[in-house]
Amino acid sequence: MIPYVFTYHRAQSLEDAEAMLAGSPDAKLLAGGHSLIPAMKLRLANPAALIDISGVPELSYIREREDGIAIGAMTTHFAVMNSDLVRERIPALAHLVSEIGDPAVRHMGTIGGSVANNDPAADYPAAVLGLGATVTTTRRSIAADDFFTGMFATALEDGEIVTEILFPIPPRAGYAKFANPASRYAMAGVFAAENAAGVRVVVTGAASCVFRIPEMEAALAQSFRPEAVASISIPSGELNSDIHGSAEYRAHLVTVMAKRAVAAALETRI
Amino acid sequence: MAHISVTVNGKVRKADVDPRMLLVHFLREHLRLTGTHIGCDTSQCGACVVLLNGLAVKSCTVFAVQASGADVMTIEGVAKNGKLHPVQEAFRDHHGLQCGFCTPGMIMTAIDMIRRKPGLNRNTIRQELEGNLCRCTGYHNIVNAIEAAAKQMAETAS
Repeated sequence: MIPYVFTYHRAQSLEDAEAMLAGSPDAKLLAGGHSLIPAMKLRLANPAALIDISGVPELSYIREREDGIAIGAMTTHFAVMNSDLVRERIPALAHLVSEIGDPAVRHMGTIGGSVANNDPAADYPAAVLGLGATVTTTRRSIAADDFFTGMFATALEDGEIVTEILFPIPPRAGYAKFANPASRYAMAGVFAAENAAGVRVVVTGAASCVFRIPEMEAALAQSFRPEAVASISIPSGELNSDIHGSAEYRAHLVTVMAKRAVAAALETRI
Repeated sequence: MAHISVTVNGKVRKADVDPRMLLVHFLREHLRLTGTHIGCDTSQCGACVVLLNGLAVKSCTVFAVQASGADVMTIEGVAKNGKLHPVQEAFRDHHGLQCGFCTPGMIMTAIDMIRRKPGLNRNTIRQELEGNLCRCTGYHNIVNAIEAAAKQMAETAS
């Protein structure tokens, strides 16, 4: 499958990328390309130009900060899942990343690409929202609560580039996903975390965008046990229904995955 | 057109390519290295796996221009001086293939996992094969072959 014609530009620095983006309004940023290139091959995406930022050196790092772990936008899934720092401080995040796609996909895919693309079935948005992370761009810092706005939609403006995601360290967190057997995307994935700011339960894959379940969060704030969410079911009205599963099936999966996510969080307590 | 320079199996290859040319097409059609296969063309089956700077990637989901300046190894580059790579030997010894279509991708993935994961066990091998589909063998002999190759390579190295 061959995409439409485009021109290719490799950015050497962030400044370079910003200038290129400002100069070509129909351009798209290319990170790992594992969502964008398949979409271009299917001719669902037709950018006039690609600006490759995957090799920009200042965008690839994992650093410990006073307020958490900061990950540069072009850091690959492979680097995050193998980072000793991430594995020790936020094992749920390392686990979530280890379940994205397959090894070859994780060698190319990046955190910034995944977060900016906001695929409804992607894993990363669940952790970003579940941990109350902060998305930093070339222009500002955006709280996770304000970042994911809808299906493949984010708060990013034209020409704005994600540079870093900052994850606060949670006392405990867990992720459980029911993966589609063929694509490995989440049919339903639940990230449950007890953060400094409270409990969060976030669902990915089941609807058009990641969302929180306040009822489960309130129950877990009382008692952070799998049993606390076992009898809470979410309405299926807004959930996805497709050849892979009905909305009712996904609603059922959400409760099951929520129980497993809480159980995982209890096991990995630091 | 974009000018690229890619080191493929140790040899620098320069070319002017359309930016939309996929790495797999560059390898197969431009360099005539047809060992790398196109199976699903949707980054699921792994028949097109090559090593890009030492890491397994699906060459149907990488543009050739992205590989400019990089080091690519394909199935044609793994045997040395007429001697099969230990993973190739193990696939032969353990009947790790039937029709052979998935085999180049399987072998490149195996070489990558053996390098990254010392002390591979069967569970890890199966997990690492997540992105490689075989429609003949049921994977059993592929896992046997990779397990044997990993063991043999560790012994040779020590």
